[in-house]
Amino acid sequence: MIKVTYIHPDGSEETVEGREGDSVMSTALAQGVDGIVAECGGSMMCATCHCHVDPDWTDRTGARKDGEEDMLESAASPVDEFSRLSCQIKLTPELDGLRVRLPEEQV
Amino acid sequence: MTLIEGHRPVTPDQSIPVWDTDPYDPAVLADPYPWWAELRERGEIVYIPKWSAFAVGRYEVTKTTFSDHEVFVSSRGVGLNDFKLGDPWRPPSIILEVDPPAHTRTRKVMSRALSPKVAKGLGEQFRAAADTLVDALLERGEVEGVSDVAEAFPVSVFPRAVGMTDVHKRHLVDYGAIVFNALGPDNAIRRAAMERAPEVAAWINAACARDRLTEDGLGGMIYAAADEGEIEAGEAAMLVRSFLSAGVDTTVTGIGNALWCFSRNPDQWEALKADPKLIRPAFEEVLRLTSPVHTFCRTADRDTEVAGHPIEEGAKVLCALGSANMDPDKWDDPEAFRIDRKPMGHLAFGAGIHGCVGQNIARAELEALLGAMIERVDRIEPAGDAIWRPNNAVHALDRLPLRLIAK
Repeated sequence: MIKVTYIHPDGSEETVEGREGDSVMSTALAQGVDGIVAECGGSMMCATCHCHVDPDWTDRTGARKDGEEDMLESAASPVDEFSRLSCQIKLTPELDGLRVRLPEEQV
Repeated sequence: MTLIEGHRPVTPDQSIPVWDTDPYDPAVLADPYPWWAELRERGEIVYIPKWSAFAVGRYEVTKTTFSDHEVFVSSRGVGLNDFKLGDPWRPPSIILEVDPPAHTRTRKVMSRALSPKVAKGLGEQFRAAADTLVDALLERGEVEGVSDVAEAFPVSVFPRAVGMTDVHKRHLVDYGAIVFNALGPDNAIRRAAMERAPEVAAWINAACARDRLTEDGLGGMIYAAADEGEIEAGEAAMLVRSFLSAGVDTTVTGIGNALWCFSRNPDQWEALKADPKLIRPAFEEVLRLTSPVHTFCRTADRDTEVAGHPIEEGAKVLCALGSANMDPDKWDDPEAFRIDRKPMGHLAFGAGIHGCVGQNIARAELEALLGAMIERVDRIEPAGDAIWRPNNAVHALDRLPLRLIAK
C-alpha cells in the first residue's frame, strides 16, 4: 500500500493508504477524505479534484499531462506551479509518503 | 471467413457462461432492467452466441474493461462492427472512434472548447431560454415531455452555443439517434435509422462547414484551433460533427429521463424545490438510474483477460453501462431515485480517456432547465403512460405525457 497525506485548507492532515495504480483522486474518495469533488470521475473533464503537490514531491509526480493545463484554468481556487488534477497522478511505490495540499474550493 | 455483424466470430473460453439472448431485442431495449439484472447474475462476463460477442454488466468489471483503452480499443468501433475489417457507414469519429496518440490531440481541443469555464459562461443564456420555455409550457399545462421539453430545450440552446446559423430540429435530434443505432446489429431498428441516414447526414455534414458557423461559438473555437495548427482544417469539421452526433440526442434523452424520474417520484421533486443545491447531484442520479447511453462496445486489440477469463484478439465486448449503474454491489438500493445520493463514479458519461467530453455542457443545460422549473412548477404529474423508444445504444423515451402545475 502507498501512503498519501492530504492537507486541508485549515492545516489539518489526513494520511490514508492507496493501491498502486489508483489515482490520488480515487484514493481520497475511497477513503472518505473530503475536499475533492471529482465531478467527472477522472476523465479530465472538470477541475474539481485540484490539489497542490508538496514541492518536495513534484519531481516524482512528474509533469502535468497533456490537456491538464487547459482544464486547470477552470479551477475554482487559485492555481500555482504545484497545481495538479489529482485524477492524473497515479500511485506508484516511489510516491509512498506523498503529500498534497487541497484548495479552499473545488466548485 | 464469414463475419458476424462486421466482426470476427470468436470461440469463448469454456470458463465463460454462454447466454442465449439478444440484448438488442426491442423488448429488452424498451425495458432493459430485468436483462441487466440477469446479466449481472450470470457472471463477470458472458458470451452471447447470437452476435458472437461478450458482455459485461457488473460495476467493477464494466468500469475496468471500458476504461482500459490500451487493450480494449475504440479505434475498431464502439459498436458491433470492427473497423479493422470493414469501413463503417460514415467516416469514423476522430475523437470517439480513435486511440491515443491521435485521440489525445483531438480530445485536447474538444476539452478546451467544452471546459467547465466555457459551460459556466453559457449558463446565463441557457437559463434565459429555460425561463422562456417553462413559462410557455405552463400556459399549456398538459405537455408531451419528449417533444415539447426534452427536444425543444437543447435544440433551442445548443446549436446556438455551437454557433450554427441555421437549425433543423428534426435532423439535429435524429442524427444522434442514427449514430447510436448504428452501434447495434443490423436489426430492424438500425435499418430504419439507416434509411434516413443519407438525408440527415448530408444536412449535418454541410452544417459543420466553417461558413455555416459564427466565429464566437464552440464551433468557432474548433476552427480557431485549426488556424493555430493544433489540428488540420478537415479535422475541425469532423470535430464539429462530433458536437452534433453526441451533443443533442444525448441531452434530449437526459432531460426526458429527468422528467420521467421526477414525474414518478413527486417526493423527490418536493425535495429539489426545497433545496436548489441538489440540482446537480439530482442530475447525476438521473444519469445513474436511467443511463441515457446504455451500452458501448470495446474491441480486444490483443489476446487478453477479463476477470481472469481469456479473451481473444478481435473480440467485441458489450459494456452495459446501464447495468453497472444498477449493480447492487456498488449502489445501495439501486432502484430507488434519491436526488441526494451523489452517485460519484456512475458510468453514464463513461470513464477514462473517452469519458463524455460534453458532460459540462450537459450539466449546464440541466441546471438551467431544472433551475427554471423549480421556481415555477409546483408539481409534475404523469398524464398518461410513458413509452420508451428502443435504440441500440440509447435509453430514451418516445413519449412522456405530463401535466405541469404552476406554483
